[in-house]
Amino acid sequence: MTIALPPIKSPEAHSSLQPTSWLRYFSFSLDHKVIGLQYIVCGFLFYFVGGALAGVIRTELATPISDFVSRETYNQVLTLHGTIMIFLWIVPVVNGGFGNYLIPFYVGARDMAFPRLNAVAFWMIPPAGLLLISSYFIGGAAQSGWTAYPPLSITTPAMGQIIWIVSVLLLGGSSIFGGINFIATILKFRQPGLKLLQLPMYCWAMLGTSILVVLSTPVLAGTLILLSMDIVAHTGFFNPSQGGNVVVYQHLFWFYSHPAVYIMVLPAFGLVSEILPIHARKPLFGYITMVYSILAIIVLGLVVWAHHMFTSGTPPWMRLFFTIATAFIAVPTGIKFFNWIATLWQGRIALNSAMLFSCAFILQFVFGGITGVALAQVPFDVHVHDTYFVVAHFHYIVYGGTVFVIFASIYHWYPKFTGHMANEHLGRLHLVLTVIGFNLCFGPQHWLGLNGMPRRVAEYDPQFTLMNQVSSVGALLMAISTIPFLINVIGSIWWGAKAGDNPWRALTPEWLTSSPPPVENWKGAAPLVHEPYGYGTELGVIDLKVATGSDLWRNPQ
Amino acid sequence: MTTTQPAIESAEQSNTLSTEHSSHSHAEHPDLRMFGLATFLVADGMTFAGFFAAYLTFRAVNPLPAGAIYELELLLPTINTAILIASSFTFHRASKELMKANMDACRAWLLTTALMGIAFLGGQMYEYFHLPFGLTDNLFASTFYALTGFHGLHVTLGALMILIVWAQAARPGYFTPEKHFGIAAVELYWHFVDVIWVVLFGLLYLL
Amino acid sequence: MRIPASIITLVTGMALVLAGFWAANYSNLLPESASINSPVYDELFKVLLAIGTVLLLGMTGLVVFSLVRFRRKDGDTLDGPAIEGNLSLELFWTVIPAVVVLFIGIYSYDIYDRMGGMADLNGHGAMHASEQLASVRTSGPQDQERIWGGIAPTGDSNVLPVEVTALQFAFIFHYPMQNITSGELHVPTGQMVELRMKANDVIHAFWVPQFRIKQDIIPGQTTVLSFTAKKSGDYPIVCAELCGPYHGGMRSHVVVQEPDGFDAWIEKNTPATLS
Repeated sequence: MTIALPPIKSPEAHSSLQPTSWLRYFSFSLDHKVIGLQYIVCGFLFYFVGGALAGVIRTELATPISDFVSRETYNQVLTLHGTIMIFLWIVPVVNGGFGNYLIPFYVGARDMAFPRLNAVAFWMIPPAGLLLISSYFIGGAAQSGWTAYPPLSITTPAMGQIIWIVSVLLLGGSSIFGGINFIATILKFRQPGLKLLQLPMYCWAMLGTSILVVLSTPVLAGTLILLSMDIVAHTGFFNPSQGGNVVVYQHLFWFYSHPAVYIMVLPAFGLVSEILPIHARKPLFGYITMVYSILAIIVLGLVVWAHHMFTSGTPPWMRLFFTIATAFIAVPTGIKFFNWIATLWQGRIALNSAMLFSCAFILQFVFGGITGVALAQVPFDVHVHDTYFVVAHFHYIVYGGTVFVIFASIYHWYPKFTGHMANEHLGRLHLVLTVIGFNLCFGPQHWLGLNGMPRRVAEYDPQFTLMNQVSSVGALLMAISTIPFLINVIGSIWWGAKAGDNPWRALTPEWLTSSPPPVENWKGAAPLVHEPYGYGTELGVIDLKVATGSDLWRNPQ
Repeated sequence: MTTTQPAIESAEQSNTLSTEHSSHSHAEHPDLRMFGLATFLVADGMTFAGFFAAYLTFRAVNPLPAGAIYELELLLPTINTAILIASSFTFHRASKELMKANMDACRAWLLTTALMGIAFLGGQMYEYFHLPFGLTDNLFASTFYALTGFHGLHVTLGALMILIVWAQAARPGYFTPEKHFGIAAVELYWHFVDVIWVVLFGLLYLL
Repeated sequence: MRIPASIITLVTGMALVLAGFWAANYSNLLPESASINSPVYDELFKVLLAIGTVLLLGMTGLVVFSLVRFRRKDGDTLDGPAIEGNLSLELFWTVIPAVVVLFIGIYSYDIYDRMGGMADLNGHGAMHASEQLASVRTSGPQDQERIWGGIAPTGDSNVLPVEVTALQFAFIFHYPMQNITSGELHVPTGQMVELRMKANDVIHAFWVPQFRIKQDIIPGQTTVLSFTAKKSGDYPIVCAELCGPYHGGMRSHVVVQEPDGFDAWIEKNTPATLS
C-alpha cells in the first residue's frame, strides 16, 4: 500500500511575498547567490555598452582624420568607455558578482554577514549606470576622460561632469558597502573550526581587496566632492586662477585609482587560484606564500600612486621613491605567477575553456606586467606617458588579465550557477577569437605609443594609419567573439547536459551541494573543508582504465 | 583508490532549516553590526583624511595671495570644542546608566548630549555668519568651509540619531543592558565625530 | 638515457638570454633619435626589452609545455602529485626577481640622472637661463619664480632660453633674448635649449618623440624642459595631455638646424627696430 506524502515545497515557496524562479533576479533579494548573479548579469550588460563605445573609438581611429563623430562626442565616448568598464563592469563583477556568490560557501555560511546591505549595494548600481549613460542624451556626458583632471573638468560643460561625479560617488559607495560585508564575513563569519589559513585563496584575495576598497575609495569620494564644489560653487581647490592646485587633485585621485587597479585584479588572481588546481588535479602551489604576496601587494599598492604623475609637477625625490616602490610590486606579483605555473607542472591538465582562458590570462598578464615594470621607471615613462603605450599596457592587464579570468570563471562555475554544462566547442571558439582579436587590437598599440601617437585623440599622424587599422580589425574580432559566448551561456541553459553536483570533482564547499544550490546553500550541515586543495594521488598508484604497458615498469610521475 | 574524496566533517552549525527566511537560524550567527559600523567609520575617516591631506598640501605649497583674509578667532571655537568633547562624556554617562538599567537617567543624559550637539551646531552657525570671508574668497576660506561643513553634516546626522534613540528608549524594554545596538552604534559614531573634530580644530585653528 | 633536467634548464636559460640580446639589438621599435638624450633613453629601452623578452618567452614556454606534456588523457581520473610547495624554489623565484628589479631601478636612476631629471630646479645650483636674463627680460620679474617640475640636465652655461605658452589648442614660442614670437620652435644643434613653460587654461604637455622627453604644462605652475638637439630635421611637437576636443590636433614642429641656419632664421625673424 502506498502512502501519498504531501509535496515538499522549497522554503521560499512558502512565502507568497517572495518572488520565485526568474523573478527573483529582478527583485530586492537578500540571497547572496541571487545578488551575485545580479551583479554578474548587470555587469555584462554594462560591458556590452562599454564595448559598443569602444567600437565607436576604434571606428573613428580607423582613419587618421576626425570623420566619424564630432570631437566633443568622441571625448564623451572615451570618458564613458573608461568609466563604465571600470566602475560598472570589472569592479562589480569580480568583487560583487563572484565574491557574493562564493564567499559564503567558502566560509561555511548560509549567506553574507549583512544580507540587506548586500542587496542595497547591488541596487545602487543600475540607477548609477543608467544615470551616467543618460547624461550623454541630456546635454552631453562628461568629456574630460575617466580621470577628470581639472581645470579641463571644470571648464567643460558642467551638467555632464556633475552627473559623472554623482554616478561615480554612488558606485564608490556601493563598492564600500560591499567591502565592509566581505571583511566582516571573511574575518568573523567563518563556521566554527574553520581557520583563516584553511580558507580557499579567493577569500584572501577578497579580504585584501576589501581592505583596499575601504581605505582608498573614500579618498576619491572626498576628491570628487571638492571637484563638484569647484564646478558648482566656484570654489578654487583645483582652479589655478583662484589660487588652487591641479596637481593636488592628481595626487588625491590616484591615491584611490591606483589601488583601484588592484581592486580589479586581486579578485581575478583569487579566482585563478581556485580554477587551476581543480582542472590540473593538483594542490595550489605555495599557499602561504600566496597569502603573503596578497598582503604585500595591498601594502605596496597604497604607496605607489604617483607613478601616474611622473611628467606632472612632482619633485625629483618623490619620483624616485615611487619608481622604486612600484617596481617592487612586481616581486609579490611574480611569485603568484610562478606559483600558478608550478601548480600546473606535473598535473593532469584538462584543456577545457576554464583552463585555457586561465592560461591565456597568465601569458597576457605577464606581458602587461613587463610593460608595467618598464613604465614604473621614470626615464622610460617620460617618453611614453599619455601615449598609446600606456593604453596598450593597461588593456593587457585589465582585459588580457581580469576579463579573461571573468570568462574562465564563467565557464568554470556555469555548471554550479545553472545546473547545466556549457558547450566546450563554443567555449574554445570564443577563446580563439578573443585571443586573436585582443592581441591584434592591443599589440600594435605599444608601437604606436613608442613612435609618437598620444592617447585620447580622434586624429593622428597619417604614418600611424596601418597599425590603427590592424588594431581596429582586432577590435572587430573581439566584438564578434561575444557571439559564440552569448549563444553558449544562454543556450546551454536549455541544451546543456545536466551538470550534477560536482562535474569537476572539486573539493571546495560550493561543489559539495546541488547545482544550482538550494536557498540555504546545503541541505543539512555546512561541510567543514580543512583542505580546499587536497588533491593528489600517492606515488605509484595507477589508473587501470588508462594504463599502458610501459606504465607498469616506469614511474608514472 | 582513484581520486581524492572530499573530507567532510559535520559542523556544529544549526541543522534546522528556517522556513520563514531564506537563510540561517538567528540563534546561531554572531552579531557583527558593531564590527560593520567600525569598518564603515574607518572608511568615513579616510574621506576626512583625504581632505586633511589636501588642506595640508595647500598650506605647504600654495601661498595665499597678498591681502587674503583668513584669520579665525579662537574663543568661540574653543568653547565649541569643549562642548563637543564634553558631550562625548555625557554620552558615555548615558551608556553607564543604560548598563545599570536606569532608563530614565540614560534618557536624560542622551538628551543632554543631543542638546550639546545642537549647541555646537549653533555655535558653528554663529561663527559662519560672523566670519570675514566667504566660501569662494580664497583657498583657505574654501577649505575651511568645506572641512567644517562636511564635519557639521556629520554632527547634524549624529544629533538626529541621538534624538531617535532617545525617543526609542522611552518604550519600556526597547533597550536593555543586554540588547542595545542602537545606542552603542550611535555612541561609537558620536565619539568618531568628536575625534575628527579634535583633529580638524588642531589643523584649522591651531596650526 | 634521459637528459637530466638541470641540463635542459641550463640550455633553455642560455637560449632565452640569447633571445633577449637578439631582441634588444635587432629590433627597431623606436623613432629616430635626434637629441643627445635619445641614445641614453634607447639604452634603457634595450635593457628593458631584453629582460622582458627573456621573461615572456620563458613563461610562455613553461605554460605551453605544461599544457602539452601534462595534458590529461581521456578517461584518466587520477590526480597529479600532491606537491604543496617547495621553500627553496619559492625563495629562488623571490630573490631573483627582487635582484632584477633592484638592478633595473638603480640603472634607471642613473639614466634619469643623466637625462637631467634629478636636477633641483629651484636650488641655488640650478642653471637657469633666467639668471642671465634679468637685465634683458621685458616681461616682469620671473627670476624668483618657483619651478614646479621638469627635466634640466646640468652643464652648459650657454643656454638658449625659450618661453612656451600652451593654450587650447596651440603652442606659442617666445625667444626673450631675441624678442621673437613664433608658432614653431627653431633650435640649433649642439646648444642646450631651456623651455620655460606655462599654460593659459588647462593642462597640456610638450612631447617630442624623437627627443624622448615630455613635460606637462600646468596652469599656475611653471615647468621647465631642457634638451640639446643633435640631428637637424623637422620633428613633431605633440600635446600629450587631454586638453579638450582638439587635443589630437594640437601639434607643432621643432625645426633643428645647424648653427648657421639657425642664426639665419633668427636674423630673418627678429623684429625690425627703428634706428
